[in-house]
Amino acid sequence: MLRFILRRFTVAVLVALTVLTLAFLLTRLSGDLAISIAGPNATAADVETIRQVYGLNRPLVVQYFDWLGRAVQGDFGESFFFRDRVANLIASRMGVTITLGLVGLAIALVVSLPLGILAAVREGSWVDRAVSLVALVGQAMPSFWLGLVLMITFGLNLGWLPISGTGSWEHYVMPGVVLAFSAIPSLTRLTRSGMIEALSSDYIRTARAKGLSRLSILVKHGFRNAAIPVVSIAAVQLGFMLGGSIVIETVFALHGIGYLAWESISKNDFPVVQAVVLVLALIYIALTLLADLLNAVLDPRLRTS
Amino acid sequence: MSALLEVQDLRVTIGSTAAVRGASLAVNKGETHCLVGESGCGKSITALSVMGLLPRGAKRETTALRFAGEEIGHFGEREMSRLRGDRMAMIFQEPMTSLNPAYTVGSQMTEVLRRHRGTPRAQAVDRAAELLARVGITAPGLRLGQYPHQLSGGLRQRVMIAMALMCDPELLIADEPTTALDVTVQAQILRLLATLQKDLGLGILLITHDLGIVARVADRVSVMYAGEVVESAPTATLFAAPEHPYTRGLLSCVPVPGKVKRDEPLGSIPGVVPRMRPGFTGCGFRDRCGQASPACEGTLPRQQAGPDHELLCTLAPGWHGRNAA
Repeated sequence: MLRFILRRFTVAVLVALTVLTLAFLLTRLSGDLAISIAGPNATAADVETIRQVYGLNRPLVVQYFDWLGRAVQGDFGESFFFRDRVANLIASRMGVTITLGLVGLAIALVVSLPLGILAAVREGSWVDRAVSLVALVGQAMPSFWLGLVLMITFGLNLGWLPISGTGSWEHYVMPGVVLAFSAIPSLTRLTRSGMIEALSSDYIRTARAKGLSRLSILVKHGFRNAAIPVVSIAAVQLGFMLGGSIVIETVFALHGIGYLAWESISKNDFPVVQAVVLVLALIYIALTLLADLLNAVLDPRLRTS
Repeated sequence: MSALLEVQDLRVTIGSTAAVRGASLAVNKGETHCLVGESGCGKSITALSVMGLLPRGAKRETTALRFAGEEIGHFGEREMSRLRGDRMAMIFQEPMTSLNPAYTVGSQMTEVLRRHRGTPRAQAVDRAAELLARVGITAPGLRLGQYPHQLSGGLRQRVMIAMALMCDPELLIADEPTTALDVTVQAQILRLLATLQKDLGLGILLITHDLGIVARVADRVSVMYAGEVVESAPTATLFAAPEHPYTRGLLSCVPVPGKVKRDEPLGSIPGVVPRMRPGFTGCGFRDRCGQASPACEGTLPRQQAGPDHELLCTLAPGWHGRNAA
């Protein structure tokens, strides 16, 4: 078990280092940073000053290790536009995005696990086909469109929910539902196929032969084994949700990381864009590592071999 | 002796296949009853019918299905699940996949007792350890904490047997319990079943296609063919004086040391078990039988070929003796 964790952890650290290096190289490859920072009306002297101030005249390797050393300590420099430390900006926006992601994941799980189990238990029936249809429609629906439809229906016409901002838990309901819809189809299908496989296995026959209750057979013996792939995919889906909430945060005017990324891209705010990409990549790596560890917890064959 | 399990005229259809076509058998207390026959003749389906474990879509009918004197044919899933694991238990052919890979041996064993008796965990664990020792597993304490993938096939089958015994069942159904195991392990498991039966007074319904096993452990044998029990007799009688052409064919396929001559081919039965459609009448064996006559397409007479020796055939008992003479 310890060797398994160490191996996965080493891989995660290496991937993170690669991402850091790529993030650095990409900004340096996109032209002379000093010129873009100085802006279109700057003189050659201004550009030279900026180059001195930001240390862009040093060799690339020195710049890289300087930047890496700071990044590892959480220092991503200062935003050109917001006049604030990038780390502070990200920290202040992170809460909204993580809350939204967790709400989205919770809704997705609450909907897709029972649907998947139900479809598997009633395999081939109209219930099963209806669930597949819902999954297909959900997959095909663009999230901004669903977001707008929900806003018009529940926000404007019925007036039940606020349509923008982050003031209370109610503000997270509609964006959470929209975000969940991106994960529900795949999680439902995965739960369904995993349950069908588990329920047709010999150990389920044994569980029935032992006279166990229907609930114990379905959940304890069936779902426990079907859950192993679902957990991995759910962790990866949470990564997608955190990184992919740009559209939803923009539609619902939620000031999270996605909104910050959108703002800073449109304002050419390099340090912020670079840091946001980096943070999201690191979260994604961390979630993948978490998925591996959860897998080992759920599957004793991984743990003890 | 009163029968522990009594099945009368069991019929099972799965889709468009008549898997069991009027099978009858009885298992007495403390008796090993072997159900033999080729693959696909309905042995396993018969066993699963008794346990109420038939696959979805299978239809079961019987004129009587009695367990310990009580009619259980009309029992629903809830009532059957109270019996299963408690008073009747079953072990299967596939020890490698019959245990849940996600739980320890101890957890899977104790849940039977907890479900049926509500026994506290600590006591259930003691009982599980005691039974593991009983089925010949050394270091039961260690095994209880292990997962199925850490055990060999023979050990897993022993665990399955121990698990089946958790609630002291009256009937144990064993569906080819040794087929997937090495020959040496097979012998150990059979010996274990025989000992347990003697000590606990278990009634065992043992399904097998291996006549060597039948000869060693069975008190009584029922031969199944194409969904029917064609012959049933005490083991010694069946081996000494088989009546049904199918039983005779089956026995001629077994090499007996001293009786089989060198270079002389062993017997075989040409053809395979046919798939039975609902509405098929008469003997399922007639297309492969050397003695078939037009009468075989009608309803078959159930005959007494001797004390406690039943035969389902149009031929009169003793036909082979007269033929040879």
